[in-house]
Amino acid sequence: MTAAGIAKSQRRPRKDRKSTILTVALWTCCIYFIAPFVWLVLASTKNDTDLFNTFGLWVGKTFAFFGNLGTVFSFENGSFGLWLLNSAFYAVASAVGAVILATLAGYAFAKYRFAGRRAIFSVVLGAIMIPGTALALPTYFLFANLNITNTPWAVILPSVVNPFALYLIMVYAQDAVDESLVEAARLDGASEFRIFWQIAVRLLAPVMVTVLLLALVSTWNNYFLPLIMLNQSTLYPVTVGLAQWAASSNAGGGARVLFSTVITGSFISILPLIVSFLYLQRYWQSGLSTGGVKG
Amino acid sequence: MTAISIAKRRVTEAPGPTRRRKHRSTTAPYWFIAPFLILFVAMLLVPIGYALYLSLFRSQIIGGQVFVGIANYVQAIGDSQLWTGVGRVLLYLVIQVPIMLALALFFALALDSGRVRGSRFVRLMLFVPYAIPGVISTLMWGYFYGHDFGLIAQIFRAVGLNPPDLLSAQNVLGSMMNISTWQYVGYNMIIIYSALRAVPVELYESAALDGAGQWRLAWSVKIPQVRNSILLCVVFSIIGSFQLFTEPSLLNPLSPVVINTSYLPTYYAYNLAFINQQSNYAAAVAFILGFSIMIVSYVVQVTTQRRALRG
Repeated sequence: MTAAGIAKSQRRPRKDRKSTILTVALWTCCIYFIAPFVWLVLASTKNDTDLFNTFGLWVGKTFAFFGNLGTVFSFENGSFGLWLLNSAFYAVASAVGAVILATLAGYAFAKYRFAGRRAIFSVVLGAIMIPGTALALPTYFLFANLNITNTPWAVILPSVVNPFALYLIMVYAQDAVDESLVEAARLDGASEFRIFWQIAVRLLAPVMVTVLLLALVSTWNNYFLPLIMLNQSTLYPVTVGLAQWAASSNAGGGARVLFSTVITGSFISILPLIVSFLYLQRYWQSGLSTGGVKG
Repeated sequence: MTAISIAKRRVTEAPGPTRRRKHRSTTAPYWFIAPFLILFVAMLLVPIGYALYLSLFRSQIIGGQVFVGIANYVQAIGDSQLWTGVGRVLLYLVIQVPIMLALALFFALALDSGRVRGSRFVRLMLFVPYAIPGVISTLMWGYFYGHDFGLIAQIFRAVGLNPPDLLSAQNVLGSMMNISTWQYVGYNMIIIYSALRAVPVELYESAALDGAGQWRLAWSVKIPQVRNSILLCVVFSIIGSFQLFTEPSLLNPLSPVVINTSYLPTYYAYNLAFINQQSNYAAAVAFILGFSIMIVSYVVQVTTQRRALRG
């Protein structure tokens, strides 16, 4: 199955008989998947009293969304805004880096034969199976030894190496980059790098967008790596920051006020993901259909 | 055969341009792979090597770091806390993974059958939980599970039932399984669904002409055609189950007695390193975990592929 495979998926005309039972069954299942989002949207409009005293899937007595929004961004001197910016920075830096490295290497593996190609590729491919979380601790020990924990590098560098992205791009490049085009450019005297930059990159653009999107989202959503690498609140991404607020609100006492803040913050932090998901779902699906994404 | 082994096969067969023109050798490919390879070695191989090295030492009050050989591994083998956690992962593998993949397969087949109204919308809704961070989904479900104010308790009370304690010792693992299922059914569904869409339409037509119903079609034609994708889902689910961290670490404050520091193995490794300050032992545990996951995934792939060759 290639990344282009999804394009073929429109092949079958849909004139099958519809089944009422199946339709009802699936739409009922949808409730289970959507209810948490409905709850989150409604809960972000409630103050703490309503949060605990009104039904979760219905509106509260007051509309406190803008008040909550103000609290989220002003609490602890505006940490939340900083966390969002940190998340965006880590995600963009990691994703752009991952795409550049994986495109260069994926193209080379697809279109050149060179000594050691098979051996190197097997090692890289085997690394897809290495669980990210199990790798994060060793990486932390190494970085602690080098004194680069608690810097943005500690989050970005491990995320830039993405064997799965390389695999996606390599598979795509085998079909998408036409030999004759490359040969013609060679006969015209173009250098190998120029062929890559002016021909291959254009042909690989769709898969590069897919990889960029998947890498952006996985860095934005990552929790374990930044949690262990960073211990300074001003460097936190939004996942680690929210988890910390949640922990202190659960610790109880006077911090109960944090509940509505955590909930509204959660809602804000998933907005960019939901928007990108709805607009770019074709890219999400083509990435996954090529063989799944390492979680 | 999984997508990965497909790639392996392809890479060996790929008729590269230089096969015809062996005389023209260029260093270009090495320049292209160098940036990736350098960071790959630095961010994957070096940390693994370093963890292996660390795991052979132990820090002592007198003498600092002392070489102890495989003592940390021997300790891990006898560590009942570690194995209780691994036992819970195995429960995940025999309960949550089959449920999740059966649901994903059912949804994929239902959507592919073309008999569901508004199937595009349904597909999107099933898939959307995958897009949000594990931290947020765990926080949300944590609020639902609460016995006093939680959404689930509210629903139970609304219909006059006594709400169950979803964070109790008996239930909390099931509650975690529910979070994983909610988050990843759609992801697995999309993988299987995409594979179903690639099944040649002629296969369906001939079976339909023979009078096969939808169920028979699904069982005899569609599922065998997408078994590689299902296998891929199995492998990724196994890897995911061993890595569970967000769920225990964020549900811990809600149920601190039940979810202890060694509740699940990755959470245990984290607590060993950062709470107990036993980095050497944590490195050994992380190494054992990473290694066992690779072995299990590999065994699943090899055994199922061999069966496919025989069948």
